[in-house]
Amino acid sequence: MPSKQQQSSIDSIVQKAFIQFKALTMENNQTTNSRRSFLKSSLLAGGGLMIHFSGLAKFSLDGKLDEASLPEQWNEITGYIKITPGNIIKILNPNPEFGQNVMTSLPMIVAEELDVDWQKVVVEMGPHDNTKLGPQFTGGSNSVRMYWKPLREAGAAARNMLMQAAAQTWGVPVEEVTTKAGMLFHEKSGKSGTYGEFASKASGIAIPKGIKLKNIKDFNVVRSSQKNVEGLKIVTGKPLFGMDYTQEGMLIAMIEHPHAFGMKLKSFDAAETLKMPGIKDVFTLKMFEDGYEQAGFDTRTFNDLLVVVGNTTWEVMNARKKLKVTWEPISETKDTMAGRGGKREVIVPAGLESTSTQLAKMAEYAKKPAQQLRKDGDPETAFKNAAQIIERTYNAPFLAHNCMEPMNFFAHVTDEKALLIGAHQAPGWIEPTVSKILNLPADKIEIQMARMGGGFGLRAYGHYVIEAALISKKVKAPIKLVYSREDDMTYGIYRPMYTATYRAALDANKNLIAFHVKGGGIPEHAVHPNRFPAGAVDNYLAESWEIPSNITIGAFRAPRSNFNAAAEQSFLDELAELMGKDPIDFRLELLKRAKENPVGKNNEYDADRYAGVLKLVKEKSGWNAAENKKYSRGVAAYFCHNSYAAHVVDMVKKNDQPYVERVFSALDCGVVINPDAAINMVQGAVVDGIGNALYGGLTHKDGAAEQTNFNRYRMIRLRESPKTIEVSFVQNNIDPTGLGEPPFPPVFGAVANALYKNMGKRFYNQPFSKDFTGKG
Amino acid sequence: MAIYNLKINGQTKQVDVDPATPVLWVLREHLNMPGTKYGCGVSMCGACTIHLNGAAVRSCQLPISAIGSREITTIEGLSEKGDHPVQKAWLEHDVAQCGYCQTGQIMTAAALLKANPNPTEEQIDAAMTGNLCRCGTYLRVRDAIKTAAKQH
Repeated sequence: MPSKQQQSSIDSIVQKAFIQFKALTMENNQTTNSRRSFLKSSLLAGGGLMIHFSGLAKFSLDGKLDEASLPEQWNEITGYIKITPGNIIKILNPNPEFGQNVMTSLPMIVAEELDVDWQKVVVEMGPHDNTKLGPQFTGGSNSVRMYWKPLREAGAAARNMLMQAAAQTWGVPVEEVTTKAGMLFHEKSGKSGTYGEFASKASGIAIPKGIKLKNIKDFNVVRSSQKNVEGLKIVTGKPLFGMDYTQEGMLIAMIEHPHAFGMKLKSFDAAETLKMPGIKDVFTLKMFEDGYEQAGFDTRTFNDLLVVVGNTTWEVMNARKKLKVTWEPISETKDTMAGRGGKREVIVPAGLESTSTQLAKMAEYAKKPAQQLRKDGDPETAFKNAAQIIERTYNAPFLAHNCMEPMNFFAHVTDEKALLIGAHQAPGWIEPTVSKILNLPADKIEIQMARMGGGFGLRAYGHYVIEAALISKKVKAPIKLVYSREDDMTYGIYRPMYTATYRAALDANKNLIAFHVKGGGIPEHAVHPNRFPAGAVDNYLAESWEIPSNITIGAFRAPRSNFNAAAEQSFLDELAELMGKDPIDFRLELLKRAKENPVGKNNEYDADRYAGVLKLVKEKSGWNAAENKKYSRGVAAYFCHNSYAAHVVDMVKKNDQPYVERVFSALDCGVVINPDAAINMVQGAVVDGIGNALYGGLTHKDGAAEQTNFNRYRMIRLRESPKTIEVSFVQNNIDPTGLGEPPFPPVFGAVANALYKNMGKRFYNQPFSKDFTGKG
Repeated sequence: MAIYNLKINGQTKQVDVDPATPVLWVLREHLNMPGTKYGCGVSMCGACTIHLNGAAVRSCQLPISAIGSREITTIEGLSEKGDHPVQKAWLEHDVAQCGYCQTGQIMTAAALLKANPNPTEEQIDAAMTGNLCRCGTYLRVRDAIKTAAKQH
């Protein structure tokens, strides 16, 4: 039985976790380790649980250290730093790594304040321990934003503890002790020593509070480009990913799920499957008991699982083909949600949905009265009195995350404890659920975080972890649950299907007097009522509606924004043209208004920073330069996840098809930790945006996905990606915000606007390539 | 089940598996060589790319029974210390984001440069277009190949 998941409240969850973390960090500084973190530390020191998967453990940057030669005597100074007597300095990365490069950037922040030689630092993925290491959540572009201050404080506190230890030993005032690159000095007496010599003593000193942090101008690690600490392991194919994990006696499990949403398991015959080589067991399993109160990320699309367990992945894949399964339609069900927004019931409708009927239904709902989200002035009257009204409707399909590493998780559950290893964006969110489902206390559950082969939001959800745990419990053995690509693509938790109608009213002098957005979706809408151009137009109305569905959805890189930016930024482009204005100048005029005389309350964006990225991209792209006239140029800008992004897309024709040859990107995310890696992430977001705008989309017929693998689901390929993407950052000293999501949404709008120039017509329905006629 | 003596990375390895088992799974689950990745199982993503007598092939649909005496090279055997010109270029350009597809990208790129030490931009595009990267590192893949070509 499918359940609807709300992706839109992910931001508020993150915000709450963020606030709790701040409180926790303060508290943590005053107390010693909890029993639980002590337990976890001893496990780590013994290394017993990690021997089979070196990828989870250690790395060396300078090539002189290897994992085997690393000593085990570490003095822990704050939760993030460990130093040996021989002055090997290890920094723990607290947050799950899914390609945003936190394994490098977060330890860089610690190293900066600790004052150590980055090239000699050893970095290790931290254990899952929210008490000691904070929220440990990757999503909402929050990794750097939420860890920036705590990690600086941890580095500065540890440096101070080492200084105190040296001062005590040398009998000198702590104020006279200085540091440089992992060394301590007392200039007057000529005394000096390594951090390692004082680490043992320092680890016994209480963690000080309120230590002065470095001036950002004096940074020498942060703000300079550093290579990915896992680079060598990646290019040599070392085991890093959950899919690579193995241990003695581990079995492989796969799940046969219905091939259509709206169906469930009726009966099965596994006689032939059980005869296949390597097959151990075939059984059904219920994911959640009736009436189970689902927490926010307790996703599951199919509640009755048909599980095949065997020795190897290939054997299980093969044996699945011999299953004889009968499916039956689901009835309408009610899911009890205990998570976000308090306890409530969510209706999951029965029926087999198809894209064509969904589109028709959306068009029908778009005409009905909707829920008002924000209203400024008197938009009804303004539209009534308008000299001219422009109205446009935009549509976008379900999107599958398609992480290159399909979902998988290792679980070894016994009566006493559970060991779970794999890729997850938020182990702290899934642990309470596993605890409840397995009836084990949280301190008996160990979750180890593997490097993720992509996440894009999908790996914030819990279904595959819960499934793995239940399967291991049932078979009483260590198992790895593996999704095939087809399982992964057809499971659900998609980016919702969206539509929005935008209207603008102009007076006789072509002034913008009213703006109206009415957005809907299956099963959620995307409207952000308090985002630009709210605040810049006197008469403004934002409305929404939703259509329930049994197709499950979830957060997808920049949830909601990834559609809003496409629709709104295309609409503003068309509006500017109608008003006879340059599209960048038009946006800047609106932003000027929003800054000087903002309309309404709760405008989410900073008009100056928004204008800042537009001005930067205008300059960098040579927006008005004659030599750039040969390109079909499209511009778009957007604010989301606390950062600002603008792109200029330069399109040409290649083999009679539109091709984005060049992109200029401007970002404002405050301080950039690791510039080259940040550029890489923006370039990736641009490629991802072009790909999804032009080709992305999952359609359904009678509940079944029409794309089940990469032969039907079109992904952008190297040949289709731009030749250059030039990335510029607004230089400021503002505390860093996120970068994984913000550059993604406006790409869609910029591509749409460039397509108009290139093809001579506007594109309103994603993926745009479906409407290409070959020649423009 | 059948016994196969395979030449992998300059060594002979013996496995006893079903003849239809794809090389991908033999490497990953029978020979403990996880550098070759499963991405799609239908030769559409390139994550499972290996070399067969020096040419890049997808291993996810290649049955072990079809190998015969041909020599297999995997990412684990491309170089001893990760210092093949393509691997070095990958590190220099810091290509990876999530990293999952990169071993397949590197194997395709290494085979391209072996066959064609100075590929044009179009030849790089053509050779690499079968390898998906969900994170969108394609521009750096191109740049790294150009750097590696200079050192080849």
